[in-house]
Amino acid sequence: MSTLETTAPTNPHLKTDGSMWPMLFILIPVAIWAMFAATGPGYGTFGGVQMKAQAGIMLAALIGGIIYIVGRMGSETPVIDHSRYADTIVKYGVVATTFWGIAGMTVGVVIAAQLAWPEIFYFEGAWTNFGRLRPLHTSAVIFAFGGNALIATSFYVVQRTSRVRLAGGYWPWFVFWGYQLFIVLAATGYLMGVTGGKEYAEPEWYVDLWLTIVWVAYLLVFLMTLARRKEPHIYVANWFYLAFIVTVAILHVVNNLALPVAITSAKSYGVYAGVQDAMTQWWYGHNAVGFFLTAGFLAIMYYFIPKRANRPVWSYKLSIVHFWAVIFIYIWAGPHHLHYTALPQWTQTLGMVFSLMLWMPSWGGMINGLMTLQGAWDKLRTDPVLRMLVVSVAFYGMATFEGPLLSVRYVNALSHYTDWGIGHVHSGALGWNGFVTFGALYCLVPWLWKKRELYSTRLVEWHFWLATLGIVFYITAMWGAGISQGLNWRAYTELGFLEYSFIETVSPLHVFYVIRTIGGLMFLLGTFIMAYNIRMTILGRGNAVSLRDDGSLKPVPPAVSPVPPTLAPAE
Amino acid sequence: MFYKIHKYLEKKSFPLLLGIIGVVSVGGLVEIAPLFYIDSTIEEVEGMRPYTPLELAGRNIYIREGCYVCHSQMVRPLRDEVERYGHYSLAAESMYDRPFQWGSKRTGPDLARVGGKYSDEWHKTHLIDPRSVVPESIMPPYKFLAEAELEYDDIARHLAVNATLGVPYTDEMIASAKSDVTTQLDEFADDYDGFVARYPNAVIRDFDGDADKVTEMDALIAYLQMLGTLVDFNEFEADLDENLR
Amino acid sequence: MSYDQIAHIIKVGGTVAFTAVFIGAIFYALWPKNKARFDRAAHLPLETDDNPELSDGETHNER
Repeated sequence: MSTLETTAPTNPHLKTDGSMWPMLFILIPVAIWAMFAATGPGYGTFGGVQMKAQAGIMLAALIGGIIYIVGRMGSETPVIDHSRYADTIVKYGVVATTFWGIAGMTVGVVIAAQLAWPEIFYFEGAWTNFGRLRPLHTSAVIFAFGGNALIATSFYVVQRTSRVRLAGGYWPWFVFWGYQLFIVLAATGYLMGVTGGKEYAEPEWYVDLWLTIVWVAYLLVFLMTLARRKEPHIYVANWFYLAFIVTVAILHVVNNLALPVAITSAKSYGVYAGVQDAMTQWWYGHNAVGFFLTAGFLAIMYYFIPKRANRPVWSYKLSIVHFWAVIFIYIWAGPHHLHYTALPQWTQTLGMVFSLMLWMPSWGGMINGLMTLQGAWDKLRTDPVLRMLVVSVAFYGMATFEGPLLSVRYVNALSHYTDWGIGHVHSGALGWNGFVTFGALYCLVPWLWKKRELYSTRLVEWHFWLATLGIVFYITAMWGAGISQGLNWRAYTELGFLEYSFIETVSPLHVFYVIRTIGGLMFLLGTFIMAYNIRMTILGRGNAVSLRDDGSLKPVPPAVSPVPPTLAPAE
Repeated sequence: MFYKIHKYLEKKSFPLLLGIIGVVSVGGLVEIAPLFYIDSTIEEVEGMRPYTPLELAGRNIYIREGCYVCHSQMVRPLRDEVERYGHYSLAAESMYDRPFQWGSKRTGPDLARVGGKYSDEWHKTHLIDPRSVVPESIMPPYKFLAEAELEYDDIARHLAVNATLGVPYTDEMIASAKSDVTTQLDEFADDYDGFVARYPNAVIRDFDGDADKVTEMDALIAYLQMLGTLVDFNEFEADLDENLR
Repeated sequence: MSYDQIAHIIKVGGTVAFTAVFIGAIFYALWPKNKARFDRAAHLPLETDDNPELSDGETHNER
């Protein structure tokens, strides 16, 4: 929490803050439920032992929170300095993003190795089987790594562009820690076999409910901060953040409606069945991509690229037009995940048409990001962080070209169910989401910890090239695997019989799976290098010279050349 | 006019919020809502029945182990798929599936019609050590299923919750749910006739070959062996107008 | 009302809504009067940002 003791008591911006008390109205009832669930009867395999373990984790975390609040509020009412931005929480977010990134990507490399060398990497126990680790990987990288990056950057950006401290007193901390609890519950649940069985929406009902509470708090903190802003205009990055937050809330609640077997059972049954469930799920799944992984990360792009390049966004008009077009069109595209299935064909066609239309506004975003560098292209040679941000936009452009292509029915007939889909999501996830997050983290660390620059720019170069090469390995391997799978499945002999049995289409994939594992490992290695660089920067080693911070004034850029673009003064 | 609307939108965060909600709601409403009251979404077919308690328990193990991340349950109406897996899947065949398990990836083959294609013994051996029967397989081993006893004390609750949500489980089915688990594993069970009347065409036998206990392997194999077997495609005429969509 | 009629109405309504939103966004983006505010907004991230009370840029606070 922000250090307040150092500021002068006469500061008119100091206000006492009682926002922690109301949190108890949430924490105590949930803790009581968790106590019941941890000690209660439990129900069968599908909620017995697992429910107790999950509720135990939850109870420990909630009691910790309650004790902290009571202890803190019991001694004295905290004071918040509204003349300072709430940056400590962003620092926590940076660390959490890095941590979960490493965790999620490590699991990814493990499951890639399992498919490449099943004899070696499968273990007897249930916990580490592919079926349980894969949801752990997807959730960890999307929701833990990506989610923390979004929360941290949104808190940073909304304050700067609104010129006001985060609203809600200590509620941002509720959002941060509540979100970490959601991650831990979901992750441990998957390992124990607690899953709702819908991809990217696997957490069970009680975890879903907890996330809903946290997410509503997040929405309110963000909205209230915007409402208090001192700037007349809401900067476009905040439009994207807001669309991300509110749409994810809608998607999450609608898709996860379920009835638990018992109030103390970890097992639930969804309110939708069969074809309706499929449609709802892919409406959710595709828009998780559209609003979590696209709108949210476009918000990062719209702040960090202009800031790092020290140039205003190329066309503010374009950003407005493509904002409305993206959010309107994305929501229709879900059915392209269900081509040729038992979903009515008119719905499939609608999904395909809108997926094709989506290409244009997506590229509107890409063009806007790239052209912001107009007149500053030379910075790409010297600043690997800016290069990372720009390459992320290029990958975004590539993935949003490939997406509409794959949504065409005839292409989809070949590509669906194959590794091509895996390659596609990874060119988006590693290239776009990964790189734009890395770029933002490299920017944020020196800004937040008040350092002149990063510990080592050379390590950023290493990270950049390792990760880029890793992505190239990964996606080319998956193209090869996917197209070979798709063609082999439909290969016929001259006599008109299917040429290959299913297993004969699996064996040729081995080499691709090995290359994919190597690519993933290189990407992971790059992330480790980043984590090291971040740590050393925070510790103030190497080039990360601490800047003067007298408590109220901005740091003065030291007179060394070249001046890092992060610290270049505004015009 | 537009100018004023947008000027208002950009200056106020709450109207901007409402604008976003409005814009993103349209697509979902148009695509999802009709599926709930459109008669033509789900075909009328003979033979669909809710899962037996043992099959439902097996299905939950299928979900728990994340089988859906590598196996689809949706045969598309493409020549090679129909020849490889069988008749293409109908919406009606997953009408009791909560959640649906159509899947999105075929690291392994589609399982929508795997029922009856292999023996129980093959499934058991394959699940315990996939590479002992399919040397090139990259599937994980599920040896622990053969040892884990199925916990089904609360199975009636599972049926009841499904019934609340609209699955046609009768009170009788719910009341006898627990005993139906063991009945399905024993051809000489007392309630054999009652069970068959409740769940027509259900297969009754000891699926894992271990008569001493009810294992998770029993439940999973019971589920796998019924997949795609309920609808009689000799009687379903796909070309009828009412079955086109 | 039959399903087809309802489906028709919402499909047409969806198209109209989309067109309206899109045209509205274009009008707003291209409206000459907005140019100054957009230029100002585009520079928001570039201003000094250590403290909510400080700003290198002018605060065009209309309230």
